[in-house]
Amino acid sequence: MHKVIGKALRKVDAVAKVTGATRFADDLAFPRMLFCKLLRSTQPHARIVSIDTGAAAALDGVQAVLTGRDLPIPFGILPVSQDEHALCVDKVRFIGDPVAAVAATTEETATAALDLIKVAYEPLKSFASAEDAVANPEPRIHDYGDSGNLHKLIDLEFGDADAGIAKGDFVREDLFFFEGNTHLPMEQHAAVATWSPDGKVTLWTSTQTPHYVHRALAKVLELPPARIRVIATPNGGGFGGKSDPFNHEIAVAKLAMITGRPVKITLTREEVFYCHRGRHPTLMSVRTGVTKDGAITGMHFRSLLDGGAYGSYGVASTYYTGALQTVTYHVPRYHFQGARAFTNKAPCGPKRGHGTPQPRFALEVHLDKIAEELRIDPAELRLKTLVPANSLTANYLRIGSMGLGTCIEKVVDGSGWKTKFRKLPQGRGVGLACSSYISGAGLPIYWNNMPHSGVQLKCDRGGGVTVFCGSTEIGQGSDSILAYIVAEVLGVDPFDIAVVTGDTDLTPVDLGSYSSRVTLMTGNAALQAAERARQILAVHAARKLEVPVERLAFADGRVCDAKDRKQGMSFAEAVQLAEAAEGTIGTTGSYTPPKSAGRYRGAGVGPSPAYSYSACVAEVDVDPETGIVRVPTIWIAHDVGRSINSASVIGQVEGSIYMGLGEALMEEMAYRGNRNVVHKIPSLLEYKSPTTLEMCDVVTYLVEDPDPNGPFGAKEVGQGPLLPVMPAVANAVYDAVGVRVDEVPITPEKVLKALRRKEKGEPARYGPDSFPDIPWPEPTRVPTPWEGGDGKSVERVHA
Amino acid sequence: MSNESKVKIALRVNDEPTEVAFAPHKTLLEVLREDLNLTGTKHGCELGECGTCTVLLDETPVLSCLVLGLACAGKRVRTVEGMAQGGKLHPLQETFADLGAAQCGYCTPAFLLAAEALLMSNPKPTRDEIKDALAGNLCRCTGYLKIYEAIELAAQRIQHA
Amino acid sequence: MLRLPSFRYLQPRSLAEAVRMKADAGPEGMFVAGGTDLYPNMKRRHQEPKVVISLMRIPELQALDGWNVGTCVTLTALSNLPTFQHSAVATAARLVSTPLLRNMGTLGGNLCLDTRCNYYNQSYEWRKSIDFCMKKDGAICWVAPSSPRCWAVSSSDVAPVMVAIGAEYRLMGPQGERIVPASRFYNNDGINYLTKQPDEILVEVRLPAPNGWDTVYHKLRRRGSFDFPVLGVAAWIKWEPGAGGRERIVQDARIVLGGVASYPQEVPEAAAALRGMTFGADSIAAAAEAAYRPSKPMDNTDFDLSWRKQMTRVYVRRALDELQRKS
Repeated sequence: MHKVIGKALRKVDAVAKVTGATRFADDLAFPRMLFCKLLRSTQPHARIVSIDTGAAAALDGVQAVLTGRDLPIPFGILPVSQDEHALCVDKVRFIGDPVAAVAATTEETATAALDLIKVAYEPLKSFASAEDAVANPEPRIHDYGDSGNLHKLIDLEFGDADAGIAKGDFVREDLFFFEGNTHLPMEQHAAVATWSPDGKVTLWTSTQTPHYVHRALAKVLELPPARIRVIATPNGGGFGGKSDPFNHEIAVAKLAMITGRPVKITLTREEVFYCHRGRHPTLMSVRTGVTKDGAITGMHFRSLLDGGAYGSYGVASTYYTGALQTVTYHVPRYHFQGARAFTNKAPCGPKRGHGTPQPRFALEVHLDKIAEELRIDPAELRLKTLVPANSLTANYLRIGSMGLGTCIEKVVDGSGWKTKFRKLPQGRGVGLACSSYISGAGLPIYWNNMPHSGVQLKCDRGGGVTVFCGSTEIGQGSDSILAYIVAEVLGVDPFDIAVVTGDTDLTPVDLGSYSSRVTLMTGNAALQAAERARQILAVHAARKLEVPVERLAFADGRVCDAKDRKQGMSFAEAVQLAEAAEGTIGTTGSYTPPKSAGRYRGAGVGPSPAYSYSACVAEVDVDPETGIVRVPTIWIAHDVGRSINSASVIGQVEGSIYMGLGEALMEEMAYRGNRNVVHKIPSLLEYKSPTTLEMCDVVTYLVEDPDPNGPFGAKEVGQGPLLPVMPAVANAVYDAVGVRVDEVPITPEKVLKALRRKEKGEPARYGPDSFPDIPWPEPTRVPTPWEGGDGKSVERVHA
Repeated sequence: MSNESKVKIALRVNDEPTEVAFAPHKTLLEVLREDLNLTGTKHGCELGECGTCTVLLDETPVLSCLVLGLACAGKRVRTVEGMAQGGKLHPLQETFADLGAAQCGYCTPAFLLAAEALLMSNPKPTRDEIKDALAGNLCRCTGYLKIYEAIELAAQRIQHA
Repeated sequence: MLRLPSFRYLQPRSLAEAVRMKADAGPEGMFVAGGTDLYPNMKRRHQEPKVVISLMRIPELQALDGWNVGTCVTLTALSNLPTFQHSAVATAARLVSTPLLRNMGTLGGNLCLDTRCNYYNQSYEWRKSIDFCMKKDGAICWVAPSSPRCWAVSSSDVAPVMVAIGAEYRLMGPQGERIVPASRFYNNDGINYLTKQPDEILVEVRLPAPNGWDTVYHKLRRRGSFDFPVLGVAAWIKWEPGAGGRERIVQDARIVLGGVASYPQEVPEAAAALRGMTFGADSIAAAAEAAYRPSKPMDNTDFDLSWRKQMTRVYVRRALDELQRKS
């Protein structure tokens, strides 16, 4: 039986966090430290005619002023979209784009210096929505991209979807819109850089991806990576918003190099909104054929994403809006078309669920409508069409363990679904939705054959163990996962393990805390390193105890004969024996995901070692006079494979529900398209994050169906449980008052408009009613596995 | 700006007599973090819109980003650094750690202090009273539920201690 | 980190000293109480005083004398006072922002709250992006670009109640003391929203003794805390003397809307629909309808303006329904 795995233990950093001892980036201070402020664009789209920094540089206390000319090399998270500059060079692309950086002896002086910088702009036509960008190929926001202001166009067809749809007894098409929203970590991004005269830069920064920051710094600063050290400080919340290399990180590093002094930047809350990289506003169309029993015969899904001003993770985000429709319900033929537009707004990127909450919302509400037309209970409909475990989908995603059926049964029973659905009094309703998410992306951002995660492990002769890993603690508990797994294998107390993470000088590469990859990937790497250490120790302990190696047990800080527990030694003695025989005891572990089955262009997004599953029932109260929706309770079941720490897993589920509830009801990145495309509400007051008074009760069921690819069977939990919340709430609103709000967030205005339409006998719906014409490319055609496909695309045969 | 001369005040910080000199426009938040090196007090907006900078001023929870340092002369300030006594955690710190009420930990000091003030005035709060007392503190990680449970458990433990 | 600009901070111990300090400072001086409105505004450069005069150490302003309340009483204290426990004043005070902010913010601060607008309550840099607005640093009102005046919104929760119940404010300035009815304290102008002179101190609020009237306050906003009202409804009813039984006749009424104009907007049409009528569903519906027409929110707060206007009808009706239930 496990001693550590599955237990609701404290996190290894819990005491530091409750005593205020955890040092976040802005808590760091160094002697002679300078403060950096960035001057940001006040124009949404303009050429920079001139920048005069003379007066700012002359201000007493100002030590350096930088402009784009000082940092001319572009960077970006994806190799295909290296389209950002630390400071804009010739053009600004949104209000908030940085154009100059100042380092001064106090933050007040740096702020005063910004006022003295004169920038002359030549305004260009700006675009406030994806539709705007589709309609106006000129002027181009970037001089690259697939067409005009369309950054990326994707067309993938798995089997003849139209023919599949036509085979259905019933065909339905729906349009949906998902408004953008942002991560809103409580910690504002901060970074401190130092420069040492021996030519080394060190950067402490609140990042989820120190490895990619390291790469970007090396590129832009033109320094060898060995001369750069990036230390990820504990993140005060990430949620995907600290996954890109950022302009402010590069600016402070460069300023430290120029001044030879430590330089710190702490963004204001408004600036955090300009970093953004949050949810893409997405317009979607879904057309599905179904048999009268509810089996899907084919599906055509289209998405149009508003990417904002830069690429960020956008190409991946666009693929993700089409990738995971196939992993929950069996879709035999599938056609996906996705487009991402550039607009003059803060750049969008990966937020919790990365590109999949929008299509999940569309799909789950679409299925609710189908179920109603077919007069099938929506839970039944889903149970009938589940993707089988250990199967391949139409788009070549390999499904391992699959606990969605159990999840649905849990929430149906727990919520009293059968006594509530379509049976509650007017104004009250329940809705059901499901989801799935990846446990880490199958491919790295820079394609290579190296591991995605590495762990080094050191056993000390005093019995201590240190785990080194490049992973980043963002509150999800990744440091604890490393300690728990190593503790389980070596039979020691997890609180006797020192964890060193997120430091490019000290730790082997882990790609970062994104795509829900950390528990599975670093967990597997830690497992391998710990098992290797155990092997070494076991050989020498067994010799001393004169028992076969296989009979040894590592438990309770001892290494002993499993058949006679009195025969044994302390873990420290075992290390000493091994060290005396072999020298210093250290091991490594690595993890590389299995090769994906798809080999077509675009097959890189979607594959994962394991998929988590969630099912959710939301109960709502809708006030028919105001349209105000309240959510008293959500029931959620999550197939996590295996909990490494059940308290942490439930914490991730509850946090996901919270964030999903905010997205469902109130959060949005709103801009004033008619007023220079300013962000309408870059503040914690006007960007509405639910308080204790809005948060619902949550009833969580953990479904543990261990996946062979996960460490101890574990799959992800940080992102998946967010996804079903928005569609479950939308479906519940329909159950309560009979109107469809096919748009997120579901605000009182929208509900009331739909109710008014219903009163007038018009369609009882609020949502988009058209999808613009997009110059789609020739589709990449991939025969499905059941058509004899091998994962490769086929050339179209022209007659 | 930086060239203005500093002013010195005396106050009690975490039960210790403290003298500190700072520029007169500085807020209590800035004085604590920058002049007293008490970085356990965090900030999320500096505009009174998130609750992250909560400290106790004369036992009352306030937003340190909107309190002028100068206004604290002669007052008692309590920060998260003052909660553990003699190397022993406060019951709230114990239960926050045990139940996973701190995820990223950034809003945690504020929640702990708001909770401590609540338990001082209401030793056995109901769930709704806890929600009301914490309605000025935002947390993006936990959905608040583990925080409620931790406060309820700490209240029980304090009652039985 | 967003910081305050530099200024001189004074902490007078008496009203006379405060008035004198303000006279010495001239237009560069400003009074501050709890600071929850002024300091965020100073951080965003809305107000740029060189001398800030705190009113928090003046004993007279902390006074509670029967129905007279000193203006530096915190909103928490106001909402907890037993005499106000069941009155709309306490309700309104309890609905302001958050518990933390109410521990700092004062009655006087809420009554003098700067008017708010989505084009104004932004940083200096943000406002520069729209070329500023007439309330600060600019020339036009972006909410109504052809308007000669500023449309920033009165966002106080307590002020509509004070107007509805007919409270009086006692002011002290260099010219001495004066008493102003709450309704005459406010202007429907986003910039000159108070009739108070900058060198006058709002010393005390005189609440009318309870005598045959009742009042309620209802607030509409996105979240149950933090948010300013996008609509506030203060409803006050005085009963016909001697009226008994279930059918009660309304002798007088006042309906005051917050969050829809630059001042707490009294709606006489709604009061007229109630006066002399039996207080019941019909007169309440008529009053709600009458309040709907003059309610003209602009696109400068949270929510869609047409929805806010529609909510006037619902919220006035609900406020009056509550009064009816209480009676």
